[in-house]
Amino acid sequence: METVLRLMQNRRFWSMCAGFLGFFAVWYGSVKWVPLAPFGRLPDPVKVISEWLNPNPVFGISIFVKTYYYHILYSTYRATTAFFLALALGVPLGILMGWSRKFSDFASALLALLRPVPPLAWVPLAILILRGGEAAVIFVCFLVAFFATVLNTHAGVKSIDPDYFRAAACLGASRKDVLFDVIIPGALPNIFTGLQIAMGAAWFALAAGEMIAAQYGLGFLIMEAYNLVQTPTIVIGMATLGILGYISSAIIRLVGNRLMRWREEVIGVKS
Amino acid sequence: MRKWYHRKRQPPVHVLENCSFAIDPGKLTVLMGMSGCGKSTLAYLLAGYISPDQGTLTIDGAPITGPGPDRITVFQETALWPWMTVMDNVTFGPMALKSLPEAQARSKAEALLIKFGLIDFRDKYPGQLSGGMKRRAELAQALINSPRIMILDEPFRGLDVMTRELMQEYYMGLFEETRLTTLFITSELEEAIFLADRLLVMGGTPSRVVKTVEVDLPHPRTFEVLTGERYLEIKKELMEELYRDEAVAAVVVQ
Repeated sequence: METVLRLMQNRRFWSMCAGFLGFFAVWYGSVKWVPLAPFGRLPDPVKVISEWLNPNPVFGISIFVKTYYYHILYSTYRATTAFFLALALGVPLGILMGWSRKFSDFASALLALLRPVPPLAWVPLAILILRGGEAAVIFVCFLVAFFATVLNTHAGVKSIDPDYFRAAACLGASRKDVLFDVIIPGALPNIFTGLQIAMGAAWFALAAGEMIAAQYGLGFLIMEAYNLVQTPTIVIGMATLGILGYISSAIIRLVGNRLMRWREEVIGVKS
Repeated sequence: MRKWYHRKRQPPVHVLENCSFAIDPGKLTVLMGMSGCGKSTLAYLLAGYISPDQGTLTIDGAPITGPGPDRITVFQETALWPWMTVMDNVTFGPMALKSLPEAQARSKAEALLIKFGLIDFRDKYPGQLSGGMKRRAELAQALINSPRIMILDEPFRGLDVMTRELMQEYYMGLFEETRLTTLFITSELEEAIFLADRLLVMGGTPSRVVKTVEVDLPHPRTFEVLTGERYLEIKKELMEELYRDEAVAAVVVQ
């Protein structure tokens, strides 16, 4: 109750609400009143929301339908698996690249060439190699998340003020101390920026991958609804992806703030 | 104890040439010179981050080959790690070297923090401290290792005048108490004279130590010495030396 009251008094909350309302108004208006054919093919927000909350949905997908959650679970499973693989491989690799000049020389040219390959261009090869859609979709998501993680981690290590290394050497730190007390915490802000981008990229690639090579998942749902011209279901799928993306990046931000309390408190003093 | 520098050649910039001096144990030696004259290069050399192209640096006859905890350097920019609390920053040295068990390191750090007036801030992060507090925390971080030599490279640079003067007086008291062999690098004439037992003036391009002044102002030293006659004498002597260089440069420019 108290939180609700506090929310009611919060200006930012009302601004946010106004933003949403404005968006829905423009959406509704353009579908209902703009006499142009392209807008006429859009479902209006009322139609989408009533379908979404309908116990007996016209096109088969709403919050009361089990299949809806299967799609969500499949997509979440794929995106998070890809994300954690990228985290487990990308962060150590990025740190290694920042730690050892030689290793960076080996890896950076290769990464620079592989990274610009659009994720979807990997799909056919991934399906052939991994024999099937499931692993291929995860692989493609992993790939984009991995590049974002490695590059940002590497940039993070590079951005650490050389004075911090000098001070550590001066106080007699070993290479291991430098790694755990200087490199990792020093690169953490960039690592978390990278992880946010990686999570976003994973969702991005996921939707595209599922459209091509999956039997379940929100991307698949959107594509199937498109084939059957079930426009409200398309929008439900899109909105669900948006919500999941927001939640996952909020979780990463939360973990990041927890791990980087020093940053939060400094900012707290300054603002 | 003697330390010697001879010639540091660093193509294309020739920083130090025929630069040689000694730092006596238990004394506060101040190295003074205008910015860009190679003072920081000397600090890096002493710290062991770089090595001279010719000549040697020795501590008690043993050459310096790399960074080591027997010499602690405090640099111009603050080097407290922003992600560690003041306490963790101060105990970093003993923990890294495993020279003290953790409990002992902490109690030693606490004693230092009390002395530096930072005990209430032990669990704060450097970003939450003021400039002067950071400098004191750095001194604590250095002193906990009981180094044989302290090298301070313009440690009070960037502080406002009042904080700076407070820190000077504070530092003077600390030095008088510990008598830790110190090389203090500065570009401020007043600061140099106030702190020094021996003052080395750097000059010329490439630079070397052009003048050595034994500052015989009495200890314990307070800011009152800055109004004394002896202080003014020393200052005059030094200014003549510094501005002689300047005058030459001015002629060249015209």
